[in-house]
Amino acid sequence: MANTAESYTSDEMMTVAAARMLKNGTSCFVGIGLPSAAANLARLTHAPDTILIYESGTIGTKPNVLPLSIGDGELAETADTVVGIVEIFNYWLMGGKIGLGFLGAAQIDKFANINSTVIGPYGKPKVRLPGAGGAPAIAASCGEVLITLRHSPKAFVEKIDFRTSGGHMEGGDSRQKYRFPGKGPTAVITDLGVLTPDPVSKELILTSVHPGVTTEQVVAATGWKLQVAADVKTTPEPTALELQVLRDLNERTAKAHAGQA
Amino acid sequence: MAKIHSLQEAIRENVHDGDTVALEGFTHLIPYAAGHEIIRQKRRDLTLIRMTPDVLYDQMIGMGCVKKLKFSWGGNPGVGSLHRLRDAVEKAWPQPLEIEEHEHAGMAVAYAAGASHLPFGILRGYLGTDLLQHTTAKFIDCPFTGEKLAAVPAIRPDVTIIHAQKADRGGNVLLWGIVGAQKEAIMAATRSIVTVEEIVDKLDAPANSIILPGWILSAVVPVKHGAFPSYAHGYYARNNAFYKQWDGISKERESFLAWMEKHVMNTKDFDEYLQLLGMGGAQ
Repeated sequence: MANTAESYTSDEMMTVAAARMLKNGTSCFVGIGLPSAAANLARLTHAPDTILIYESGTIGTKPNVLPLSIGDGELAETADTVVGIVEIFNYWLMGGKIGLGFLGAAQIDKFANINSTVIGPYGKPKVRLPGAGGAPAIAASCGEVLITLRHSPKAFVEKIDFRTSGGHMEGGDSRQKYRFPGKGPTAVITDLGVLTPDPVSKELILTSVHPGVTTEQVVAATGWKLQVAADVKTTPEPTALELQVLRDLNERTAKAHAGQA
Repeated sequence: MAKIHSLQEAIRENVHDGDTVALEGFTHLIPYAAGHEIIRQKRRDLTLIRMTPDVLYDQMIGMGCVKKLKFSWGGNPGVGSLHRLRDAVEKAWPQPLEIEEHEHAGMAVAYAAGASHLPFGILRGYLGTDLLQHTTAKFIDCPFTGEKLAAVPAIRPDVTIIHAQKADRGGNVLLWGIVGAQKEAIMAATRSIVTVEEIVDKLDAPANSIILPGWILSAVVPVKHGAFPSYAHGYYARNNAFYKQWDGISKERESFLAWMEKHVMNTKDFDEYLQLLGMGGAQ
């Protein structure tokens, strides 16, 4: 651990842990925000040949700064090609060309179904969120799906208020009856640890905690009775290189988005 | 053949109270100038359609132009909520807002179906989501394999409005970069308005470029910087700082109304608005 940086935030650990999940050369359909940061960190470190695709139709994009919106000019200018919305959804995403989908969420349940639509009743919302966007099609169609969000009992709930995108549905083999082309979520990466679905029940199990985090903390931050793997691992700390690349990226991004309107 | 209009005239002739209007654009090329003119002309009871309603629709909703919104993602990208949209949905201010929400993939095929003059678009979608209980999608069986597929009714706007980079004097429009569902939305509509950064003698477009021939458009209007604070690829960048500032401006009803009065209602056109913001306007 000679090259481990001295200190880092839990958000940095989350982004680094999420980035490590991307295998080099994967085609990855990226959501904005946390997934976008992780996917670009992967591209700038161990996975330079990762093909990043945003739902704005930008394919093979290599942004120098993180986009604020899903359709920033930076994404189009650095893409291999830019296609229209009908094409990106019909031919590329639902056409089965994408290996990995990378999503965020406001709420998630134990079977990794996600809510990005509304908190509270639909007709009388407590918080109205932006809505589905491309997420349901990404969750259904990509070969597999990674989800990243911050851990809290409000986000990790027994029952999500609205099912925006299908994960492992009611658990077990229930996803199969929906005949989604992709196999669904394979990991959930948070600021406390990593959860992966049990191979049979498909319930999310705590399989790794980030350094300095206890399993009790993660259990307490989860709104259902979280199962902990017998051999729960500790996530390796961010390397000095990972941290430097991430911080440089964030700094370039902050500079690019600052300034006067 | 598209007439080259003034924006005031194009909106007056083509956008009427009660119309179904799509001001399309996927982050890029949002037709802000046209939306502001609709607000200035006080259109009412509009049904607005757009995949990604952002700050422009927030302004139109908050100013009382809108009775229904059909959409698939409504937020201030990378910043957070649209406060005026939320206030309308959560507290019916300034009036109740009916919403019909979809997923992007559903809106995309619905536009393509509208452009194709088909009754509906089909996709593998909506399945296993709670959206189904709150939208107009239904399932049909594939007549060949029996597979269950989602059908969404075609989108056929009374008028579609987009912004593009340039047009020639015959009103032929060229756009590039992130082009969203603009072409489908134009071809699905009964009437259409395109605002452009500039009118040029020759488009000089490579083969297979996205060109909307003047003869399928109702009006073409030159409005320099007409997509601000969105952007026009090759002309100016997205003003992300404005999108961040909008969060504060729009949070409270009073600050929102004061901003809209000063910047939109009390300016005569988009050029004067840009000058007020210190943008210099069209030179």
